[in-house]
Amino acid sequence: MSKITMTVNGKAASGDVEGRTLLSSFLREDLFLTGTHIGCDTSQCGACVVHVNGVAVKSCTMLAAEADGAEISTIEGQAAPDGTLNTIQQAFQDHHGLQCGFCTPGMVMSAAALLKENPKPTEAEVRHYLEGNICRCTGYHNIVKAILAASGQEIPAIAAE
Amino acid sequence: MPKDGGIGASSKRREDIRFLTGTGKYTDDINIRGQAYVHFLRSDVAHAKINGIDTSAAAAMPGVVQIFTGADFEAVGGIPCGWEITDRHGKAMQEPKHPVLAHGKVRHVGDPIAAVVAESLEQARDAAEAIELDLEELPAVVNMKAALVEGATKVHDDLDNNLCYDWGFVEENKGAVDAAIKGAAHVTTLELVNNRLVANPMEPRVAVGEYDRADGQHTLHTTSQNPHVIRLLMGAFVLGIPEHKLRVVAPDVGGGFGTKIFHYAEEAFCTFAAKAVNRPVKWTSSRSEAFMSDAHGRDHVTKIELALDKDNNFVAVRTETLANMGAYLSTFASSVPTWLHGTLMAGNYKTPNVYVNVKAVFTNTVPVDAYRGAGRPEATYQLERVIDMAARELGVDPIALRRQNYITEFPYATPVAVEYDTGDYNATMDKLEEIADIKGFAARRKESEARGMMRGLGINNYIEACGIAPSNLVGQLGARAGLYDAATVRVNATGSISVMVGAHSHGQGHETAFPQVVAEMLGIDESMIDIVHGDTSKIPFGMGTYGSRSLAVCGSAMVRATEKIINKAKKIAAHLMEASEADIELKDGNFSVAGTDKSVAWGDVTLAAYVPHNYPLEDIEPGLEETAFYDPANFTYPAGAYACEVEVDPDTGKVTIARFAAADDFGNVINPMIVSGQVHGGIAQGIGQALLESCVYDEDGQLLSASYMDYTMPRADDLPFYSVDHSCQTPCTHNPLGVKGCGEAGAIGSPPSVINAVIDALNSGGHDVKHIDMPATPAKVWAAMQS
Ligand code: FES
Ligand code: FES
Repeated sequence: MSKITMTVNGKAASGDVEGRTLLSSFLREDLFLTGTHIGCDTSQCGACVVHVNGVAVKSCTMLAAEADGAEISTIEGQAAPDGTLNTIQQAFQDHHGLQCGFCTPGMVMSAAALLKENPKPTEAEVRHYLEGNICRCTGYHNIVKAILAASGQEIPAIAAE
Repeated sequence: MPKDGGIGASSKRREDIRFLTGTGKYTDDINIRGQAYVHFLRSDVAHAKINGIDTSAAAAMPGVVQIFTGADFEAVGGIPCGWEITDRHGKAMQEPKHPVLAHGKVRHVGDPIAAVVAESLEQARDAAEAIELDLEELPAVVNMKAALVEGATKVHDDLDNNLCYDWGFVEENKGAVDAAIKGAAHVTTLELVNNRLVANPMEPRVAVGEYDRADGQHTLHTTSQNPHVIRLLMGAFVLGIPEHKLRVVAPDVGGGFGTKIFHYAEEAFCTFAAKAVNRPVKWTSSRSEAFMSDAHGRDHVTKIELALDKDNNFVAVRTETLANMGAYLSTFASSVPTWLHGTLMAGNYKTPNVYVNVKAVFTNTVPVDAYRGAGRPEATYQLERVIDMAARELGVDPIALRRQNYITEFPYATPVAVEYDTGDYNATMDKLEEIADIKGFAARRKESEARGMMRGLGINNYIEACGIAPSNLVGQLGARAGLYDAATVRVNATGSISVMVGAHSHGQGHETAFPQVVAEMLGIDESMIDIVHGDTSKIPFGMGTYGSRSLAVCGSAMVRATEKIINKAKKIAAHLMEASEADIELKDGNFSVAGTDKSVAWGDVTLAAYVPHNYPLEDIEPGLEETAFYDPANFTYPAGAYACEVEVDPDTGKVTIARFAAADDFGNVINPMIVSGQVHGGIAQGIGQALLESCVYDEDGQLLSASYMDYTMPRADDLPFYSVDHSCQTPCTHNPLGVKGCGEAGAIGSPPSVINAVIDALNSGGHDVKHIDMPATPAKVWAAMQS
């Protein structure tokens, strides 16, 4: 067991972890931040995406101990303290970009990282960037649409419905 | 003008707020003080005799609470099958026992042999590795044809053979169908495979069992589409726990697609073990475990013949199908290739003679059961592929051939025992031609060809039987349960409403759409109404969500209960205004007396019901709460027309979906935004089946596609934007909302159009390819081009 400390959504957090504890487990089980989801065991679904020092990371691929001292942000830290959704979250609701909600935290965190890197992505760029995030419910149509809308761009006519 | 509330409005989903802020509560988010963790030791071979299990070393490992094996479950029942099929000879299907933990033999990779309960998951896993197994490997049966050969290894030693049943439908019509095919001007024959799929909801299954010694109460938290069904099956058939001592909770569930309908061994285990170790017991499936323990879908091998007369009228359809059941019968496994498949073989067409034969087969593979569409995608795929092939053989336009054979008069009794209540297949095809811009295809093909690509257009129709199901009818067909649903409308003193529904929402947006209906009926704001679902202790009863039934069946129960509320509220209003009940009108949440300016508000009436100071207690009970059960009179029949355009790269065989359009008739629509979303998701799964997904076993029964490294899930860049339309609406004639259901259409309607398009593209490039089995991977397409 080793002691780790980090900043999570702007607040100091610490805990004792085994060497093998994943960041995803630490967030879910020690910090009770259950918005970060586990959808696979081969680092492919992206349900667990968080930001570590501002970079999108699949938290199931990182040991909690590696995140010692890091600045982490998770889905729980995205809305304003009064509950107002951020632009991406709001676009997901407005455009029905989620159904069961299981992939959603990872999608929102990935979308945030994309728009930071590339504020006006094309449809193809959005689709390509989401390669590491699997959604089984939406067929991606409304996710792509929500991300384009969050970037302030016109939505193609075919995606209107 | 789009409405901003009530029926027909694209109300934004209220459940989104918790899902977007990480505050949803899924089963794996539940952690109960003192809980222990279970890890299942699963078979890594497909078929073996268990000669011994030595748990002594494992039991001494740190943190181990208790280790269970099949012997611990000898006194309890097996996992039941909910549907008994009678075969063509009047014989009941062969039904093997399905133990909670394997007993005597393991029958598929993933079959649970032992379960370790420990203080932590890591300790449970470590200990499971220390269990000594003495397994004597047996030959595995994987291929269905081989499984049926006389003398083949038996999956279940106590059964006669590996044939679960040999079903003929309608058996009495067989002679007429054979004769019609013999005398036909043209017969098109197609042999095809409907590939085995894994449903893969993004949330893996989880079960948390609890037992309270104080009152003997069991609680199971589980990732289920139908908590009452689990309570019934597990309580009555497996563990012998009466309903009042068993609570099943399915909180937020991260997708189901059918695979979370079924009662699974892990649920029974956690419930049983919680009492045995006197602690809550939690199991969370890993994704790899899900691949070998969630029921799979599809896996049919079919030969279909379509006979036409000299004028291209369909005169007969005859099919022979082998349907894989896997190693055990999962909850609804037996009904999928039979009643959910054979009854749809007339499709949208007035073919007078139809005969369906299905042989269901046991193999050493994971059990197969319903996956989005369940039986209906298999029916649609064969029929719409063979029609396309016939059109190509006869040199006629595939749309015209379909139109010529459409059923145009309703109600219509098919030769396969169902009666379509309404529909307008020409209207959906007209709509499809418009939104898919079929006229513009030739120009788009030219443009693709200029870039060196082959372009194809595929279209198809589909019809499905949804709103499952009329209990009387399914009872005759072998269902061991009723398939009605229930709702309680509880109006509170201040006028707010909780509606307890038996349907379960795991992505479908019930929490938003159901209140739209009640709000419309009462004329009050949607925000005053909440839906309660997913907990047997809070809801009167319910059969859950599958078969596109939530709104058609449970929504109808909710309408009936709301009607009772309105009736009673009118009585109270009549008393408050000293008027005759017959004169009371309800509009915009106000009760008024016809022809006067007297009125009382919704809140005045609800308050009077709970504070009955001036109240006719001799005539009306206080309170305002009503329950209704609703059993549908018939199935509903959503139908539509789909079009897919693909580009095929001649150098690699890679297929790209260039355009996709869907024109559906779902009857009336409550929330168009949610309905479109359901279609989008279904289409993605259908395209996944057609191009990417396949669950593969080797000949020894090893599961080769057991993770996302090997099983290709559709990703955002595999798919285009879809053009979907549901403005063609022929309302269902027998339910109060006129709704038909929309959850499965996309997955049912899309695979044939994709393959039809691939075949069209290849033929346009001069390749005489008649058929490619799904998934049409680059390797398969390329190979087809070379032959
Ligand atoms: S859980 Fe991290 S990628 Fe799937
Ligand atoms: S919304 Fe269910 S997996 Fe994406």
